[in-house]
Amino acid sequence: MFAFIVRRLAIAVPTLLLLIVFSFLLMHAAPGGPFVSERGLPPAVLANLNAKYGLDQPMWRQMLTYVWGIVSDFDFGPSFIYKDRTVNAIIAQGFPVTLTYGAISFVVAVVAGVSLGVAAAIWHNSWLDYLAVGISIGAQVLPNFVMAPILVLVFTLWLGWLPGGGWEGGQWQYLIMPVVALSTSFMASIARITRSSMLEVMNSNHIRTAKAKGLPMRKVIIRHALKPAMLPVVSYLGPAFVTMITGSVVVDMYFSTGGIGKAFVDSALNRDYAVMMGVTILVGTLTVLFNLLVDILYAWIDPKIRY
Amino acid sequence: MALLDVKDLGVSFTTNDGTVNAVNGVNLTLDRGETLGIVGESGSGKSQLAFAIMGLLAQNGTARGSVKFDGREILNAPAAVLNPIRANHIAMVFQDPMTSLNPYMRVSEQMAEVLVHHKGMSKSDALAESLRMLDAVKIPDAKGRIRLYPHEFSGGMRQRVMIAMSLLCRPDILIADEPTTALDVTVQAQIMQLLVELQREFGMATILITHDLGVIAGFCERVMVLYGGRVMEAAPVHPLFADPTHPYTRGLLRAIPRVDHEGGELDSIPGSPPNMTRAQQGCPFAPRCDYAGDDCVQALAPLTEFAPGRWRACNRSLEELA
Repeated sequence: MFAFIVRRLAIAVPTLLLLIVFSFLLMHAAPGGPFVSERGLPPAVLANLNAKYGLDQPMWRQMLTYVWGIVSDFDFGPSFIYKDRTVNAIIAQGFPVTLTYGAISFVVAVVAGVSLGVAAAIWHNSWLDYLAVGISIGAQVLPNFVMAPILVLVFTLWLGWLPGGGWEGGQWQYLIMPVVALSTSFMASIARITRSSMLEVMNSNHIRTAKAKGLPMRKVIIRHALKPAMLPVVSYLGPAFVTMITGSVVVDMYFSTGGIGKAFVDSALNRDYAVMMGVTILVGTLTVLFNLLVDILYAWIDPKIRY
Repeated sequence: MALLDVKDLGVSFTTNDGTVNAVNGVNLTLDRGETLGIVGESGSGKSQLAFAIMGLLAQNGTARGSVKFDGREILNAPAAVLNPIRANHIAMVFQDPMTSLNPYMRVSEQMAEVLVHHKGMSKSDALAESLRMLDAVKIPDAKGRIRLYPHEFSGGMRQRVMIAMSLLCRPDILIADEPTTALDVTVQAQIMQLLVELQREFGMATILITHDLGVIAGFCERVMVLYGGRVMEAAPVHPLFADPTHPYTRGLLRAIPRVDHEGGELDSIPGSPPNMTRAQQGCPFAPRCDYAGDDCVQALAPLTEFAPGRWRACNRSLEELA
């Protein structure tokens, strides 16, 4: 197992390098640039700016400089748009925000989704099952860019219970609506996966054996059914967790939370190359890590899986 | 009073193709220490009969009639009645040891939980007792293996584990549902030998469900032949083999391959088992029976005791079959 983890971490290095190369090339292949505006800058100014940010260098040179900066100083470069702000500073400011509401959303989505799915499977074809399926389909088809304004409309404008936006260091009033908006569709997916997987497990032979042992239903489910039923859920959770903690544009925009979700989209629109790369690398690294974590969890759940 | 008294048991399943009547009006009794064999082809309802007794029918299945254990009704009984009986008084060994053990749990955990639950033992006592039982079913190096997962055992060893697990509470009744079907022939013989020895040692009443008459001959005192969910013939094992009184039983016996058989093809019963979705009035075996007449399609004679302990359900008299 230890050798497996070391091996996987070693593979992660070339994976991330490839990610950097491809993102770098794609980014520069797109027309336009950080200093292109409608009015247009005088050619001399443009040339100076390009020289300052190294954009006059050949592509391979830019890439090497960039990678070297990361490796030697963990420096992801200056923002091309916001003067005096480095990518490190932008991520350091935005990531804790998305990490906070993302992680809370994740916990909410997992707890609610798994409970809903398990309940639906156990009381299969009962009103509870139909209700759970109804909720999860409803939550799935309601996009968060529709849900967010509805939440603001109801809880801020009509009822006046919650602030319509802002972060304020992550006080609970400011967290509720972002968490609801972000977690709902994930909760729905988790509920659906859990339900179908649980139904399959409950019909398997070893569950019949567990029932024949005279164990009460509660023990049959908790001791014998839950673990195998979680396998497909776990493989969904790895990527879902990364998606959630790296934030959501919609949440950042509607609730002005100031997370990196919005920073990433802004950087793409403004061709802020350095911020784009920084966030891409962050998401890439987290994805690699959480896929590894999923594989480890898999081996813990299923003893037949050994690395 | 019989230990187990099954009266007019019926099992049916609601499927998309209609209602399947898997078991129809089966009666059986089992006394303490007695061994009963239930024989029949695939689809004769023998496994569903066992599941109905244990209350383990699939969700779309319903059971009718009566099953009394020690005088208490347990058919369709609530969990509060059934659970203390399952494994503790009536235990079951399933057909497929590959999938019937929990693949995600150590054998030690799976075994110990039975004793912890039913006997209120401490975990360590339960583990010690589980180990003794693994020794009893002759698992070599049981001490070293009890902490393994089921996939680390061979098929035969897994069935031994399954048997050991079923005997943990020293049940009054063991129901073995085709315990050797999924195993190699040589392993089959070992498992049956083991069951014979364990039955003598522990003295539990046993219901052995199989399609293999040879297995029945070596193990059971009484035999019940099931076809299309109905009892065709029931008798002590020796008369049944020496003098079968039902055309179906005769067909089954003829179909057993013999070592001294000279050349030629194996005998078989022509045709295939009945489609259980159709409502049955007549004898389910009639379409395949050499002796069947028009009356057999209309109605099946009730199971009657024509000699002490010997029962048959056939419209033809013994003389007509001679």
